[in-house]
Amino acid sequence: MHFHFLDTYRPGESVLHALDSRVKFILTVAFILAVALTPTGAWPVYVLLLALVVAAVVAAELGVTYALKRALVALPFALAALPSLFTLPGTGLFSLPIGPWTLTATQPGLQRLLSVMLKSWISMQAAVLLTATTQFPDLLVAMRSIRVPRLLVAIFGLMWRYLFVLVDEAIRLMRARDARSGSPTGRGGRTAWWRARVTGGMAGNLFLRGYERGERIYAAMAARGYDGEVRTFPLPPLDTVQVLVLIGGLFSLGVLTLLGIWVW
Amino acid sequence: MLFAPQSVPALVGSQMHIPDGFLSVLVSLVFWLLSVIGVGVALWRAGQELDERKVPLMGVLGATIFAGQMLNFAVAGGTSGHLMGAAIAAILLGPWPAVLVMTSVVSIQALLFQDGGLLVLGANIFNMAIVGPFVAYGVYHTVLKLAREKPWGTFLGGFVAAWTSIVVAALVVALQLAFSGTSPANVSIPAMGLIHMLIGLGEGLITVGALAFLSATRRDLLGLAPGRTSRRKDRFVWLGGLLIAIALAVLSPLASGHPDGLEWVAEEKGFLDAAQDAPYEIIPDYVFPGLSNVQFATIVAGIVGTLIVFGVALGVAYLRRQRRTSTAYEA
Repeated sequence: MHFHFLDTYRPGESVLHALDSRVKFILTVAFILAVALTPTGAWPVYVLLLALVVAAVVAAELGVTYALKRALVALPFALAALPSLFTLPGTGLFSLPIGPWTLTATQPGLQRLLSVMLKSWISMQAAVLLTATTQFPDLLVAMRSIRVPRLLVAIFGLMWRYLFVLVDEAIRLMRARDARSGSPTGRGGRTAWWRARVTGGMAGNLFLRGYERGERIYAAMAARGYDGEVRTFPLPPLDTVQVLVLIGGLFSLGVLTLLGIWVW
Repeated sequence: MLFAPQSVPALVGSQMHIPDGFLSVLVSLVFWLLSVIGVGVALWRAGQELDERKVPLMGVLGATIFAGQMLNFAVAGGTSGHLMGAAIAAILLGPWPAVLVMTSVVSIQALLFQDGGLLVLGANIFNMAIVGPFVAYGVYHTVLKLAREKPWGTFLGGFVAAWTSIVVAALVVALQLAFSGTSPANVSIPAMGLIHMLIGLGEGLITVGALAFLSATRRDLLGLAPGRTSRRKDRFVWLGGLLIAIALAVLSPLASGHPDGLEWVAEEKGFLDAAQDAPYEIIPDYVFPGLSNVQFATIVAGIVGTLIVFGVALGVAYLRRQRRTSTAYEA
């Protein structure tokens, strides 16, 4: 497993790849906020929001199904919204007899459940699109522009830089365990207690390796003049087109949200 | 998808990372505020007492925790135990650096891998990067004190701290879902609580294993956390962590005993439906010309949406052809 396998950035030359990361970041967050503000059961607005994000995926030349599929990852969490199907009061739709109890699904319950799942799916696609078209260093620039503390941005940056190294490290540990018959799949060797202890040893080992690597990195940085201050380039100004895209995007999202709130 | 061999822990783990859409805007914003305050204090404390070397160290440790979450072991029947890491971070680094490390882990998971949403990132940071380390730190040092700093106290404390941090974080998730009206409290609290009482066992065992390994190989690292409660400032954190744990232990059964209470608050205060219903009552005859029927409007929206996507696709195809012809000229 190496860099390309784990990195979610998809290189390309589309309009969206070229758009400034600050504009993309702000628009993505605004989009997700608009989705969250759209009330339950405002189906037409959901359809329009979905069309917007699909259109953006098409414009990014990622292939229509790319984000649609990757956004399904959050679906298991929908289980958390399932009970509302039966607990919201309203006209009954169908009943499930489970042992001595009968669960009756209601219309408002179904509306709530479908809305939550749709919202989550649409928002997820926007987030997938952001990371697929923006390199992480550019995301860091976007974070600086919205005033995320510099120390935090520096930690994020360093974490991202060593993420792939340490994931490789973890995979080596697991391969070593598999080779010694302690695999988590299949027979998996001895008792669950023993397996837990072995995994704990691996976690401790990984922590130790990370800690020592961190110290080596600090030594290397100090040797190259690091004095605890993280220096960054000043942010380049946004050109007119980018500003227009930002304003236009925010405006249309605002209109859609108000439409959702007022009409439905 | 990403970690194909580890898909099961990915599923189990995702119960803790709330995706967008599951929390109401109000709840999301409130927890953003709480997280900004928490992380702000952590940054301030980091600037105050950590030396400069801790910045690279914390970045690398964030990557380590992220990688450590991939480690798993088979429990039974296809389920597996795995690590969140808040407890290990809090025990080894102390509460405030642990907050920063876990904040980076949770943020990067959301930003890069869509493990958890962006609007709800504040809530996810609160659960996993603030409540998790604080509770773990508080419980760990309580057990250590009761054990009079004997070696077995480290392991027992590690286990209980890790288990409690998972369960309490899960209860906070359940409360957030209940306040958002996504899931009724009388279902979400017992369900999340029970599931994570089991998941927490895995976390506890791995944490003990890690502490055992470190105490055998690098005992000095176990003394890394500043002060071991001897410092007065950390007493506050210690108490805070304990208080969160106790408050939730008392609050959760209460809340799940009165499910209507939470539902009532959510409905009456109108987190969800006020915006939807109010205009009808204020302007009962307010009808969009031609768009009075939701079904009809959905169809119109579908057509408009398809046109948008189709238009963009045409535009992209056109641009691509132009790009190709221009490169053809250059060649």
